[in-house]
Amino acid sequence: MSATGIGAAVRRKEDQRFVTGKGHYTDDVNRPGQCHAYFLRSPHAHARLKGIDSKPAAAMPGVLAVLSGAELAADKIGNLICGWMITSKDGSQMKMAPHPAIAHGKANHVGDPVAVVVAETLPQAKDAAEKVKVDYELLPALSDPAKAQDQGAPQIHEVAPRNTIYQWHLGDAEAVEAAFRIAKHVTKLDFINNRLVPNAIEPRAAIGEYDAGSDNLTLWNTTQNPHVARLVMSAFVGLAPEHKLRVIAPDVGGGFGSKIFIYPEEVVCLWAARKIARPVKCVPERSEAFLTDAHRRDHGTHAEMAFDPDGKVTGLRVKTIANLGAYMSTFSSSVPTYLYGTLLSGQYEIPAIYCEVDAVYTNTVPVDAYRGAGRPEATFVVERLIEVGARQMGMDPADLRKKNFIKAFPHQTPVIMTYDAGDYHASLKKALELADYGGFGKRKRESARHDKLRGIGFSTYIEACGIAPSQAVGSLGCGVGLWESAEVRVNPTGTVEILTGCHQHGQGHETTFAQVVSERLGIPFENVSVVHGDTDKVQFGMGTYGSRSGAVGISAIVKALDKIEAKAKKVAAHMLEAAEGDIVFEDGKFTVAGTDKSAAWGEVALNAYTAHKFTGQELEPGLKEGAFYDPTNFTFPAGCHICEVEVDPQTGESEIVAWTAVDDFGTVVNPMIVEGQVHGGIAQGVGQALLEGAVYDKDGQLVTGSLMDYCLPRAQDLPALKVEMTKTPSPSNPLGIKGCGEAGAIAAPVAVINAITDAIGTEDLSMPATPQAVWWALQKANDRRKAA
Amino acid sequence: MTAVALTVNGKAVTGDVDPRTLLVQFLRENLRLTGTHVGCDTSQCGACVVHVNGKAVKSCTVFVWQIEGANVATIESLAEPNGPLHPMQEAFREHHGLQCGYCTPGMIMAAIDMVNRKGHELDDPTIRHELEGNLCRCTGYHNIVKAIAAGAKAMKGHVQAPS
Repeated sequence: MSATGIGAAVRRKEDQRFVTGKGHYTDDVNRPGQCHAYFLRSPHAHARLKGIDSKPAAAMPGVLAVLSGAELAADKIGNLICGWMITSKDGSQMKMAPHPAIAHGKANHVGDPVAVVVAETLPQAKDAAEKVKVDYELLPALSDPAKAQDQGAPQIHEVAPRNTIYQWHLGDAEAVEAAFRIAKHVTKLDFINNRLVPNAIEPRAAIGEYDAGSDNLTLWNTTQNPHVARLVMSAFVGLAPEHKLRVIAPDVGGGFGSKIFIYPEEVVCLWAARKIARPVKCVPERSEAFLTDAHRRDHGTHAEMAFDPDGKVTGLRVKTIANLGAYMSTFSSSVPTYLYGTLLSGQYEIPAIYCEVDAVYTNTVPVDAYRGAGRPEATFVVERLIEVGARQMGMDPADLRKKNFIKAFPHQTPVIMTYDAGDYHASLKKALELADYGGFGKRKRESARHDKLRGIGFSTYIEACGIAPSQAVGSLGCGVGLWESAEVRVNPTGTVEILTGCHQHGQGHETTFAQVVSERLGIPFENVSVVHGDTDKVQFGMGTYGSRSGAVGISAIVKALDKIEAKAKKVAAHMLEAAEGDIVFEDGKFTVAGTDKSAAWGEVALNAYTAHKFTGQELEPGLKEGAFYDPTNFTFPAGCHICEVEVDPQTGESEIVAWTAVDDFGTVVNPMIVEGQVHGGIAQGVGQALLEGAVYDKDGQLVTGSLMDYCLPRAQDLPALKVEMTKTPSPSNPLGIKGCGEAGAIAAPVAVINAITDAIGTEDLSMPATPQAVWWALQKANDRRKAA
Repeated sequence: MTAVALTVNGKAVTGDVDPRTLLVQFLRENLRLTGTHVGCDTSQCGACVVHVNGKAVKSCTVFVWQIEGANVATIESLAEPNGPLHPMQEAFREHHGLQCGYCTPGMIMAAIDMVNRKGHELDDPTIRHELEGNLCRCTGYHNIVKAIAAGAKAMKGHVQAPS
């Protein structure tokens, strides 16, 4: 391993600009002649728009336009769409309701845009927005997904009777029934997977610009996938043909899924820019982010696990109601289905699984993917059931897991996935040692001496990353292919530019991708730069989410590098007057096998461009190759997280006193960056478990609408984290990478809840486990004990 | 409009601003010092932390006219272009104390203020407590805490460029 090659903890290239304040985020971009858009949003969860009087606002100083949904429709701007078709168990297709970028006729959630004011300055736009008069006819609102399908519930969209988007299922219901009929023990649980607001620290932002001379539109945007944004805005929204629309995603300040989706503000900025022939900028504030950025999770689940007399799991059945909010966001349909049901086998050999999911509309912000997307929900189901099952059967939770682990690979689960490689015993064993599981009893007694309850909780999670084989996801309803592209451009001086369809928003691609190239070509790390985030520079790409950029994005780079090496060998053969088959490429040098004749990388690069040593008939000049890499399978990162808590029974406050994570990500390019990804994932998972929860009241008002009401984890909420790894390389891609971005967020919530419930001795606890929730759980358990 | 005059990163600056203009807006929009970020509008996240007369201040909570005549230092003041990084900047880079970089300028300015008040030997609980006003959604704080402890030590004897 070289100092900057694969496996080295290289310090990040991108940090120089970030630590000096020279990052370049969308809100840092200002275009000549730019004006500002401010959105007037519905204060009501469900209301008919009887009329909008924009005249007083239009007369305010600096106002350039006041635009409404009617004008958007008149200009034939299309609706936002959901790109993954889910088919219900009765064979019908999901019920996708129209989602205009500005509400037209009816507002369906608090925050739904009803008008847009464009003015010279933002304060002028805000002042004018106060003068827009909207005549609302209030309608009964629906905020509780559990009531969405009730007879008489408010009907949100005509296309979806009883607010039901789809009723999906997966697995073998009969086999599961049979397993439960003869089960020795059945563990049953009901729980809510709480609703979250992603809260990347950089708010979303967009600038639309129209060039009348070329008839081109440009969008600067906080997006994780600029090409997908362009495709949707071109093919479905109809703003411009793809070749006349450029999307630039500069530095993006965190995404966690929330910046995958296509949002109304982006559509409106482009539409308005053309309409008024000025660049239009929109930067929603945090309070708007709470009302517009797609939320996530929000599952209500009943789940049952069947065990035989030996403690082997024989069946699993799951029924979930998934709240998708007021409209179907870009990939919302896939999250509670194919990203959820397919992971319900966990790390275990479970012969029969059946999962049913009803997705419903409510008058709440649309709900879509957020770090983990479906997999944290699946992990919560499986890992809660196995932990509670162990407690009910009087078994050690680690032993019960070991008894049920999948041991041979490849392993076909009953829910589509074929796990390609893993060693679940190895990660559990290492985690038990690091966490000193043997010493837990002593620590528990020590806690008891100062009136604290100590608990330990496990999460032996699995996820499917490397998203995804295009044919496979196509057969499941996905509207796009999920390959990735790369282009390697070698300059005449031998420096290299990598163009990738991935997009970084914290992951450090400029560093890790350069490490791969540096190692492969034997050139200095400094001589490689990574280009991404601009549809005019990179031809096409699917973007970054689902922990895919290592497994899929780097694989595309490797494939392009294979072609570069092959072409460079041809050039070297002409230079060294040898047969192409005799050229060996090693450590940045081309050598004629068995001789001392050689050419350095830089010489070959230069010769590829001078083209003095070969004719045009023999070889094309230049050194530039592209590749599209389509994965052969998902990858399956897995591992074991162990959380230890101390609970104060007087206050209900839980303190995480130790965290041990042992993850198997296959090959790791940069361990420093990978550990950082694990830390961040754990923090978000701990946030879900202890602190975060979006709360709607019965009228559909978001009660937790700012960072003063919605609790994000702060430094004091987290312990120092022990993070280690095991390694079984993925056989499904050239470097054996599995992906690491979401593991922490997937593993963590259930580890925390398993630990707290272990401490307090009752399973009746939902997330977030605030001090109040834990205190009540303790009181209720005490009451039950007294009554019994 | 209101006339304002103050010193920013060692340079005298003036402006004629809407009285509603916040310090962060003045820095970002009038002076184009875009290293200071806006994350929350409710003074919760700390992405906008700068130093005003040597003390950490959330620049989204101050009207620029309120600090007439003050001495303001932003993230851009810590290192000369192409010069060495400030020890705290270097520590964040060395310890991977940042991912997307958006909260980073505020974190670094808050960290330097922490050292100015609490000294060069900062333990884990102190740093975590002192970071109460700064949110990071990427790092889980683990490496930020390490970076600040190391940066605090490295700041011993470091002479800050006058600003």
